[in-house]
Amino acid sequence: MIANLDPELLWSFAGVLGLLTMASITGAILARTIRSESGRATVANANARIKAWWVMAAVLAAALLFGSVTATVLFGLLSLLALREFITITPTRRGDHATLFWTFFVITPLQYVLIGIGWYGLWSILIPVYAFLFVPIRSALSGDTERFLERTAKIQWGLMVCVYCVSHAPALLMLEIPGHEGHGARLLLFLIVVVQLSDVLQYIWGKLLGKHKIAPDVSPNKTWEGFIGGVLSATLLGTALWRLTPFTPRQAAGISLLICLLGFAGGLTMSAIKRDRGIKDYGALIEGHGGILDRIDSLCFAAPVLFHLTRYFFT
Amino acid sequence: MSEFTAPAPHWLAGPLATAVRLICGAGARWVGPGPGSPPGRQCIFFANHTSHLDPVVIWAALPRSWRAVARPIAARDYWVKSAVRRFLSQRVFRAVLIDRATPAAQSSDAERMARARAVVEATLAEMSVEFSVILFPEGTRGSGEEPARFKSGLYYLAKAKPTLELVPVYLENLGRILPKGEFLPVPLLATATFGSPLRLAAGEARDAFLERARAAIVALRRA
Repeated sequence: MIANLDPELLWSFAGVLGLLTMASITGAILARTIRSESGRATVANANARIKAWWVMAAVLAAALLFGSVTATVLFGLLSLLALREFITITPTRRGDHATLFWTFFVITPLQYVLIGIGWYGLWSILIPVYAFLFVPIRSALSGDTERFLERTAKIQWGLMVCVYCVSHAPALLMLEIPGHEGHGARLLLFLIVVVQLSDVLQYIWGKLLGKHKIAPDVSPNKTWEGFIGGVLSATLLGTALWRLTPFTPRQAAGISLLICLLGFAGGLTMSAIKRDRGIKDYGALIEGHGGILDRIDSLCFAAPVLFHLTRYFFT
Repeated sequence: MSEFTAPAPHWLAGPLATAVRLICGAGARWVGPGPGSPPGRQCIFFANHTSHLDPVVIWAALPRSWRAVARPIAARDYWVKSAVRRFLSQRVFRAVLIDRATPAAQSSDAERMARARAVVEATLAEMSVEFSVILFPEGTRGSGEEPARFKSGLYYLAKAKPTLELVPVYLENLGRILPKGEFLPVPLLATATFGSPLRLAAGEARDAFLERARAAIVALRRA
C-alpha cells in the first residue's frame, strides 16, 4: 500500500513531527504562564495555528507517502477550495454562472489531470492561453455586459493564482531529474517546508522584534524585522535541507532565499486583494488561519519559480 | 395546551446538515442573541430568497436542537417532483409544503386573499404548539440584489400569534451558488446571518410592519 518509503523523506517527516511537538509543548506552556490580555490572545492564535498545522502535516504526509496520484489529487482539492474562497469574495454576476461552473468543474480538474499524466506542453498553457480565452467568451455569450472586463479579469486571476500557480507544486513530482529519479516528493516537501516555515518564522520574528512596518496599508503585521529575520532563518533551514533536493548546498541556499522572497511577495499581494475587498481573511476553513488561501498565498507565488528553475537547470 | 414532543429527526438529518454546511460552506453568523438561548419558544425564521437551496441552508445552519423543531415552508410543485425530493422534503426536512400562486394576472384580489389565508392557516396548523418554521416572505426567488417587497403572509402569521418571535436571516451568496433558472450549482461559500428577533407591535399597520421586517434583513448585510 505504501508506495514511498524513501528514508530521506521519512527523516524529514520525523523532523516536521519534532518541530510540531516542540511547538505544541511551547504553546501549552505559554498558555499556562502568560497573563496579559493581549499576550493571551496572541498565544491562543498561535496555538490554533499549531493545531491546524498538525492536521495539514498529517494530510501532506498521507499524500506524499501514498504516491504522486494522491498528492496531485490533494493539491487539486486545495486549488478548488482556494478558488472557492477567491470567487466568494469577488463579486461576479448572474451572467458568470456558467463560466464559473466550467471553471470549477472542467478547467480545474483538467489542469490536474494533465499534470498527473505529465503533459507539460498542454498543462503549462491550458489556463494562461485557453482558459484565458474561454472565460470571456462564455461570459459574453450569456449577454451581460455590466462590469464585463472587471468580472472576467477576476475569474482569470482566480484561475491563475489558485489553480495554475498551485498546480506547479505537484508538477514537481513529475520532473525527471538525472540522479534524483523518483524523488520528486522530496523536492515538493522541500518547497512546502521552506515556504511555510518562512511564513511562521516571519510571524515569530515579527512578534518578537517587529517595529518598522513594511507596508502598513497592505499588511499591518509585516515588519522589516520579521521579514529579514524570517527569510534569513528559513533560508538557513532550506540550506540545511539540501539533501532533499538535487541542488548543492550553495544552490539550495540561493533557491531557498528566492522562494522565501517570493513567498513574502505572495502574502503581500494577496493581502492587497483582501484590503481592496475590505476583508481580513479569505475564509474560515482552518481554525486560526483564516482561509486556505491565507495559508497557501506564499506557495502560489513560490511554486512556479521553483518548478521552472529546476526544470531549466536540473533536467 | 396538550403536552407535545417533536418526533425524533430522521437519522439522515444530522449527516445531511453537516454535508450541506461543508458543501455550501454554510456558516451561521449570529448577530442577535444567538444559539446560546434554548429553543423553548416557537419562532419564525424569515429570510431573503434567491435560490432553491435557501431553506435547506438555513435548516442546516441551525444548531441541532433548533433544527429538530424547525420546518421549512417550501413550494409543493418543486419538492414533490421526484422521489428523492419527496423523501427529503417530507421525511428529512419535514417541510410544510404549500401551493405556489398561479400568475397574478389570472386571479382576482379575493382569490389571492383566500389563498393567502389558506397558507397562513395551514402553516399555523403545521406549527402546532412546538414547531418553528423557516419562510421567505418575498414569496418568490429574487435576483439576489435587494430583497423584493414582502407579501403579507408574515404579517398575518404574526397577527394570529402575536407572541411569536420573528428572527430575520440574511442569506449571502446563495443567489450565486444556485441562481434562479439554473440547475448546476457553483460551490461558493454561503453565510446565513441570524439577527435579533422582532415582534409585531400592538396596532402596527400591515405595510409598516412588513417594511420593518424587510429592513431588518437588509440591515444584516455586511457592508
